[in-house]
Amino acid sequence: MKVVLQNLTKKFPSRSKTNKQDVIAVNDFTFEIPDGQLIGLLGPSGCGKSTTLNLLSGLQKPTSGRIFFGDDDVTDLPAENRGVGLVFQNYALYPHLTVRQNITFPLENLKGKDKLTKQQMQEKAYEAAKLVQIEELMDRKPSELSGGQQQRVAIARALVKMPRVLLLDEPLSNLDARLRLQTREELRRIQQKTKITTVFVTHDQEEAMSISDMIVVMKDGVIQQIGKPQDVYDDPINLFVAKFLGTPPINVFEGRVENEKLYIGNEAVLSAPGVKNCEVYIGVRPEGFVLNENGKLTTKLDRVEVMGRDISVISYHGNAQAAVRSIIGSENRFSVGGGDVKFDLKPFKVDIFDKATEKRIHCELALR
Amino acid sequence: MEKNNLKAWLYLLPAILFLGVFMVYPLIDVFVYSFEEGYNSASQTYFGVGTYNYSYVLHDPYFLQALKNTFILVIITVPVSTGLALLISVGLNSIKPLKELYQTVYFLPYVTNTLAVGLVFMILFKKTPYSEGLVNLLINFFGGESVDFIEGPYWAKMFVLCFYTVWVVLPFKILILTSALASVNETYYNAAKVDGTSKGRIFTRITLPMISPTVFYLIITGFIGAFKAYSDAVALFGTDLNAAEMNTIVGYVYDMLYGNSGGYPSYASAAAIILFAIVLTITCINLLISKKHVHYS
Repeated sequence: MKVVLQNLTKKFPSRSKTNKQDVIAVNDFTFEIPDGQLIGLLGPSGCGKSTTLNLLSGLQKPTSGRIFFGDDDVTDLPAENRGVGLVFQNYALYPHLTVRQNITFPLENLKGKDKLTKQQMQEKAYEAAKLVQIEELMDRKPSELSGGQQQRVAIARALVKMPRVLLLDEPLSNLDARLRLQTREELRRIQQKTKITTVFVTHDQEEAMSISDMIVVMKDGVIQQIGKPQDVYDDPINLFVAKFLGTPPINVFEGRVENEKLYIGNEAVLSAPGVKNCEVYIGVRPEGFVLNENGKLTTKLDRVEVMGRDISVISYHGNAQAAVRSIIGSENRFSVGGGDVKFDLKPFKVDIFDKATEKRIHCELALR
Repeated sequence: MEKNNLKAWLYLLPAILFLGVFMVYPLIDVFVYSFEEGYNSASQTYFGVGTYNYSYVLHDPYFLQALKNTFILVIITVPVSTGLALLISVGLNSIKPLKELYQTVYFLPYVTNTLAVGLVFMILFKKTPYSEGLVNLLINFFGGESVDFIEGPYWAKMFVLCFYTVWVVLPFKILILTSALASVNETYYNAAKVDGTSKGRIFTRITLPMISPTVFYLIITGFIGAFKAYSDAVALFGTDLNAAEMNTIVGYVYDMLYGNSGGYPSYASAAAIILFAIVLTITCINLLISKKHVHYS
């Protein structure tokens, strides 16, 4: 099922007495989710991603704009008639019902021609349980399950009625790190098996990037960028997106372009053909540094963190907004000492942004 | 370990002492009295030991009347008041404007004096040579005949007593239930809504089980409270309840101790023990039933 959002806007009346302006949680959203894809809504807290999900589910009504599931306009349809499956952040499993009863609950609500016999319900519930691999836990109460198992029950309950769209609100945030990794693979597997268009909300960029077909990066209710995870990572549209994606985060330097050369401080690190002279922010991914004794960028070494797979070099530069973290392969035997560290930059791991607008300046950076 | 135990008992001592002196000892004492035939509190003497007191009480028409009244009162007022309270609190919970005002209005009877409320009920129901009472005026308006609710037929008096009892216990139940309803997590309702659950089903399958411990608490305390009813009947029908056929078991116990026919502590004790046995039985049955229907999270 294709999902289309058209100029979707949600305003909340202001509670503050001094500032009467409405709070715009979702501002003029327009985008289309292709059938059968897994979409990650990504942004810092308060960016309107949960509100967007609530608008999709029908629990909240948009102030303006339309929502389409396929060709159906569902904007004015209440939540119960939209045919969405929703997995809540805290799972919202009914504590007094067993896993089986929780999963069959949505089926028991079906009326008229959709009404199922007890037998059919049990079969469907079993199918859904099997999909998320909890068929052995059917007679337990939610309180007797681990967090990961509860999450699977919540997914099974959302899937059992074959929703047109599956919505997940921070589905992994209640799980510990190891389980989160495992469950997100699981989520991906289930989604690919069922082919149900899925939207999930997260503030964890790693989570979103690892399993989504497409991510939507949001800030203050406004879509910043939509695209495939790798594309958005490699090709951020502005400084916010560049900073939000990637762990460790991108290193930001203040610099300028002069005579088609990119300067950090007094050092011309790269050439920027075709760019007019201006003040810029320079974003360098941690993996964009190359150790070089004659490198053009000189930083003061602070410390080295050995992670096994690779080495993080943390150093300082007067024009950097924070400590510079560079990741270099562990084949570089790095002798820890004081003094300066010199780097060259990989041009395709460097993005430059206009200082005033923080928008990306597209250009072909080169070593010389 | 030993030392710690000693300490623990030391801390418990004041509570045990007070409970022992003021609860356990009297209870045992009442139990003993109830088997001492012809006990005289002035001379502290009795004739013999046996079950005569019980047999007397159980054959006393006044006691049987009190027993009947109490049972009718319990069977009518507990379900009606709990059901009504549930209805009103669900209603209160689903309205937004004036919620606080309504909550206050519904809570007012709780802080009002029983006897003052009794007076108001007299005005509503009593027939005097000068006035028919408000309720009778209403009945007349709709073409019915006046009924003397205070001194008239048995069913009319019982109706007033039940009505009064329900009205008096309602506020507390509403207060407890509204707070229980407010504590149910909103996401359960959202989850149910997304799954297309009808309002009725949300209530029976989600709301009710979620607040079932509270409802159960209200039913148990309601039963016990109704079995111990006395002051309500006095407020409506005066102290001579036997004459009004409106006595309750506690009223009978009181009469046996201090009433016109007073001075029979043995009979009073026997009646009290019978009441105790009834309440205990009912509470046990309640507990058994609750095992199946009450969900503690």
